[in-house]
Amino acid sequence: MDNATATTHPHTHETAVAAEHQHVALPQHRHHFETQEQQREAGTFGMWLFLLTEIMFFGGLFFAYLLYRNWYYDAFVVSSNQLNIPLGAANTAILITSGFFMALGVWAAEVKKRGLLVIFLVLTTFFGVAFLGIKAVEYHEKWEKHHIPGASFDVSQFVNPKAYGLKEQPLAPDMAQKTQVFFFLYFAMTGMHALHMVIGVVLLFWLTWRANRGEFSAGYVAPIENFGLYWHFVDIVWLFLFPLLYLINRHPV
Amino acid sequence: MSEFHDPSNVVNPEHADHHIVTPVTYAIVFVTLLVGTAITVAAAYVDLGIFNPIVALAIACTKAVIVILFFMHVKYQSRLVKLTVASGFFTFLVLITMTLSDYISRAWGLW
Repeated sequence: MDNATATTHPHTHETAVAAEHQHVALPQHRHHFETQEQQREAGTFGMWLFLLTEIMFFGGLFFAYLLYRNWYYDAFVVSSNQLNIPLGAANTAILITSGFFMALGVWAAEVKKRGLLVIFLVLTTFFGVAFLGIKAVEYHEKWEKHHIPGASFDVSQFVNPKAYGLKEQPLAPDMAQKTQVFFFLYFAMTGMHALHMVIGVVLLFWLTWRANRGEFSAGYVAPIENFGLYWHFVDIVWLFLFPLLYLINRHPV
Repeated sequence: MSEFHDPSNVVNPEHADHHIVTPVTYAIVFVTLLVGTAITVAAAYVDLGIFNPIVALAIACTKAVIVILFFMHVKYQSRLVKLTVASGFFTFLVLITMTLSDYISRAWGLW
């Protein structure tokens, strides 16, 4: 098709002037792409297709949350109020900060500043690890309160909240058992999110090492840009997890 | 647009327009996201009845759209990428709608 067209139309790719044909400017440019921009767009397109599968993966978890929240709303309210808002809000801010430095890192790679890129990647990693650290503190608190679903799960706080100084309405024993569903979803959703963060931090170490060698400051931005898409996607998941898990019903009754 | 056949889209490639988002834009987005987080927490302590989860989700969706448009550069991408992103969220809505309609209608006529 292309060849047949090229013989009749002088301005298509195949018959372009030799000087204009020299689009293979970078060693990472693959010859099966017409232009660098096309290669770049193909990469972005592929990355987004991967993120679509991630949307559907987390979407399943969010759907489970939606359904059980409607079925066991009272249990979800009291167990949600057991989560720590200052830690959760701080983690949201930390994650946004991490994403901000990631975005700046993409900019630094675009304008070919190696030193800045490395600094921004290190800051991205730092705030990512800080998020995971706070998450570990929160998980430990759940461990101490016996709020991890399973054999040692303790419903006494939900059956008899007054004995623990809580202002919640006491739950009937069967509904109190359903708080396990909330905590199961809490650990499943934040755990899968944290796993994505851990994978991201590992990739960040690798990318920082490569950035320090100057691999992404000579016009080859795709790995930084596509990792940025992944990192921002993980941020977005948390932007929904935080209000849905921590802020179900915080206002005084 | 070119009037002759150009299957490999060489003459007027839409994806040739590459845009570098500036740190100023990123900083504005960053502050907006932090303000959005503060509003979410504050709104949770106000009794809005059934509107509490609606407000929380509206703010979260707004923040997500801002992240997608600016941090993830979708505002500056080609129509192919924009359509890809939109189709992903549309498919997610289909998942929610069809599964929910199953659960809602399962016990119809049994009460």
